[in-house]
Amino acid sequence: MTASASNAQTLPITVTVNGRAYELALEPRKLLADVLRQDLGLTGLNIGCAHGVCGSCTILLDGETVRSCTLFGVQADGAEITTIEGVAPSFEELHPVQEAFWAQQGLQCGYCTPGMVLRTIELLRENPDPTREQAREAIASNLCRCTGYQFIVDAVIDAAARLRSAAQQEEPDESRS
Amino acid sequence: MKPAAFEYHRVGTTAEAVAVLDQLGEDGRVLAGGQSLVPLMNFRLAQPEHLVDINGVGELGYVRHDDGMLALGATARQAHVAAAEPARSDVPLLVEALGFVAHPPIRHRGTVVGSIAHADPAAELPSVAVACHASLTLTSRAGSRDVAAEDFFLGPFETLLAPGELVTEVRFPPSAPGAGWAFVEFARRHGDFAIAGAAVTLALDGDRVADASIVLCAVGPRPLRADRAEALLLGQAPDAELIAEAAERAVADLAPGADIHGGTEYRIGVARVQVRRAITLALERANGGDRR
Repeated sequence: MTASASNAQTLPITVTVNGRAYELALEPRKLLADVLRQDLGLTGLNIGCAHGVCGSCTILLDGETVRSCTLFGVQADGAEITTIEGVAPSFEELHPVQEAFWAQQGLQCGYCTPGMVLRTIELLRENPDPTREQAREAIASNLCRCTGYQFIVDAVIDAAARLRSAAQQEEPDESRS
Repeated sequence: MKPAAFEYHRVGTTAEAVAVLDQLGEDGRVLAGGQSLVPLMNFRLAQPEHLVDINGVGELGYVRHDDGMLALGATARQAHVAAAEPARSDVPLLVEALGFVAHPPIRHRGTVVGSIAHADPAAELPSVAVACHASLTLTSRAGSRDVAAEDFFLGPFETLLAPGELVTEVRFPPSAPGAGWAFVEFARRHGDFAIAGAAVTLALDGDRVADASIVLCAVGPRPLRADRAEALLLGQAPDAELIAEAAERAVADLAPGADIHGGTEYRIGVARVQVRRAITLALERANGGDRR
């Protein structure tokens, strides 16, 4: 069970990213954020601060948001990861949260947006009808230097409405009860 | 690459972890949630030769009642602990403080034990452990020893932990029935380290204080117990004036260092306010104003 890898050695891992399984050989010190960007070409996530403060490298690891800059790639062995590239249902469609960010202009330069979208998806899974205050608190984990957050909060509230209405259409009986 | 090169050891059991740590001695560093250690490594402020990754040690992920205590294993994540019924009902002070520890994505990875073992003087959880009279189990190849949180912290990032040892568990005594509690802090941004914070528990006998625990964070080299403030409250029915006096006593000997966020005097002022607010809130809760 003990596995070790020294300085220049690599350690083999298997990881599922956006539904696709990968086998990788990684140097232990390589950050998960760099593995996703450099080895897998998933450049949607950004590395802003590289010490867990800004949230622009946010991913879903086994369903929970984490900073991929404060994890080593070798620690993702056996994990299931979703990055921003994996949230839209197809190349033609956006995820409802992405649609809401678009519609509400919840982004300007876009650097923080992948993290904001993933964080919003997680929030709305836990709380489908957040207040503006709850939305604000939820995205406090992610820094945006353009928008002043107002339009992002608008987008979160709009996304919540979109997701609730989509859920209602899927389960009309439950929504009436 | 940002971090310096290191040798990585992934272990699956406590026995494996302490065997590897024993072998590595001074060169071994434990990787739990990594939310403090990896940022330090990314800046190369920490350059450990060897990392022993305990995230795969499933047997240390527990949050459970054990012999009347709330016991948390070394890999119990902060988010999991904050949501777990045993913690919410037994140690509400810990749960309240966890809400100030960074943000949910950090708490999804960070562990309670790891934050305590890291012993950052600005962190919330070491002061909570001291305020709650928690104890830690330090395990090595030779066996294990229990130490009180109160004795564990020596200085900034310095603890009683010896080379080859792993903090395997923290145990919190349950909050006494009817006792009040409060964790209060002031930070410049939500989720940042505090400029000053206070952890308080208060037990009443009638309207008199039967037991008080007041610990400050972020204003000294380690969590600081305000024993003179505690002594002032004992046996009294505190009013606003007495609480203000207790807060004054709590900060009387402080000499926090100045930094970009504030000078010494400012920090003392902020600490005084946090202590006053925390005592007031804990008293309100003890009086039934906010029962869990």
